[in-house]
Amino acid sequence: MDVFLQILVAGFLKGGLYALIGIGMTLIMGVMGIINLAHGQLMMVAMYVTFVLHSFFGVDPYLSLFVAMPALFLLGVVIQKYLLNPLIKAETILPENQVLMTVGIGMVLTEVIRFIFKSDYKSVTTSYTGATFFLGSISFSWALVVAFGIAVAFTVAMFFFLIKTDLGRSIRATAQDKDAAILMGVNTRRITVITFGLGTALVACAGTLLVPVYYVFPDLGGPFTAKAFIITILGGLGSTVGAIFGGVTLGLAESLGATYLGMEYEDIVGLTIFVLVLLFLPGGFKRLTKV
Amino acid sequence: MKKRLYPLILLAVLAGFPLVVEDNYYQHLMILFLMWVVIGSAWNMIAGYTGQVSFGDAAFFGSGAYAAGLLAHHLHVSAWWGMAIGGLAALAVGFPFGWICFRLRGAYFALATLALNEVLRHGTTIAESFTRGMLGIMIMPTFVSKVPYYYIALGMAVVSVLSVRLLIRSKPGYYFVSIREDQDAAESLGIDTHFYKMLSLAFAAFWTGMAGSLYMNYMGFIDPHVVFSLHDISIMAILVGIVGGVGTVYGPTVGAFIMVAVQEMFRSGFFGLFKFLAETTGSESVRALADVLTKGHVLGFGLLVVLVILVLPNGIVGDWDKIKKKVFRIHSPA
Repeated sequence: MDVFLQILVAGFLKGGLYALIGIGMTLIMGVMGIINLAHGQLMMVAMYVTFVLHSFFGVDPYLSLFVAMPALFLLGVVIQKYLLNPLIKAETILPENQVLMTVGIGMVLTEVIRFIFKSDYKSVTTSYTGATFFLGSISFSWALVVAFGIAVAFTVAMFFFLIKTDLGRSIRATAQDKDAAILMGVNTRRITVITFGLGTALVACAGTLLVPVYYVFPDLGGPFTAKAFIITILGGLGSTVGAIFGGVTLGLAESLGATYLGMEYEDIVGLTIFVLVLLFLPGGFKRLTKV
Repeated sequence: MKKRLYPLILLAVLAGFPLVVEDNYYQHLMILFLMWVVIGSAWNMIAGYTGQVSFGDAAFFGSGAYAAGLLAHHLHVSAWWGMAIGGLAALAVGFPFGWICFRLRGAYFALATLALNEVLRHGTTIAESFTRGMLGIMIMPTFVSKVPYYYIALGMAVVSVLSVRLLIRSKPGYYFVSIREDQDAAESLGIDTHFYKMLSLAFAAFWTGMAGSLYMNYMGFIDPHVVFSLHDISIMAILVGIVGGVGTVYGPTVGAFIMVAVQEMFRSGFFGLFKFLAETTGSESVRALADVLTKGHVLGFGLLVVLVILVLPNGIVGDWDKIKKKVFRIHSPA
């Protein structure tokens, strides 16, 4: 029973970070209607920013949130403005050009990082990396708990931003109906740029929070992109609440799968859920909650 | 009339190639090129003509390769039998997949193909007792010379391009394009879109699987990371299609040639040009540059994706008129 509870806790904490990754993806998905296949790679870049700050300047990973997030926001803005937006105008046969572009961007990011830092596994060790505390007989990793707390805080902040502020309303309007939003005076081009920046900043936050408890290496982008799209499909495309549910579900499923089936099945579990959701609940959790 | 001759001239050149160039290295590159013509044409059918972009061509390629490899490994028959069943094995993977996933559209379908490939890769890695997992499957190549492989690959490439041409000028071909342009309109005109999408996928899966079993026979070694690779197979297939020209018969041929050449150029440091320069001039910086170029071949690849999509969204064949106007300043009579 203890083992089971321990797995649930671990999965849930991981799920909080996954939710943050998923929200970034789902925002971009909702507003632009494209799937950002460079999502994990952008997260990897943020992790390297954190790594560099820590190993060269001794900055605490949590403090480097203040650097990594704005930096990645800018990177996202540049990508959207100069690489993705020009594609909207181009007359092409395939509308998926933007998706292909994100694949290319992901490759470039991975290789540039590999170029600079080599393929080695790097890790950031802090005083709290291995620290745990106990509630009953269940152990909690400090780093993961703090990460979970920050992830929840950002998720809630994002939620209020989207619902209450003017900019948030514009983003939601663009996601719902682009043409109508233009008619209402929303500068949708600017909105897409900001949204991509925000999505990237959110995934950068998740990456930075992951640094103390995970390895940093250039190829880490791909698997996390895969996780991000599984989360978005699980939660329903474009749904913020869905992304939270999707993230937690994936976190729990991975932990359970890794314990009861074996480590090598960890990735398969996510993909199996993905296929099952496509089969039996196309549209994801959004279908159930209508949010 | 002249335009119709170009493919024939190309075919004659290709048929004579191994007789003139006996260098193993260039024959190897040409075999790869012909293999990519097959895969590119297959991708072009499902993505370029039918509009269902697949990010998981490696799934079919790997199925074909593993069908041939497992047959040779377990039953000890020649892997050439795999050529007979490789395409069918890929069909067997593609059929249930398409049946389920063609309810998805656009980018969601693309993601599903990505997932299919991931599932197969993890599956073959885990099922060690059956597929030997990461150890991979090794067989002895039948021929020492590359020439037989060359002509088999050439035969496959010609038949696949011809079959694209035939299919696209028949009724199903027009249905494919109508599905790409507007699926709902096609449906409302009485086209069974699900059936025709399946047909297109079957075509693509079959040829990609055939290319996979050829790869097994030719290379003699496969493992899950080689044949189910997202970058080296799936993305490469997309690039071959896009660089050459999406939705054109000969686009993938042009694309395959360019992509194989570019890939090899980066890998070999522009065919040893930089190494040669470094040795003749004795300059350290040129040597360093050569080193960087060879190491960065994947980076060059990624940059190429970005550039091609930005500048030539319809590929070289698709944007040929634009290129003629801009680069050669030839205005074709409208």
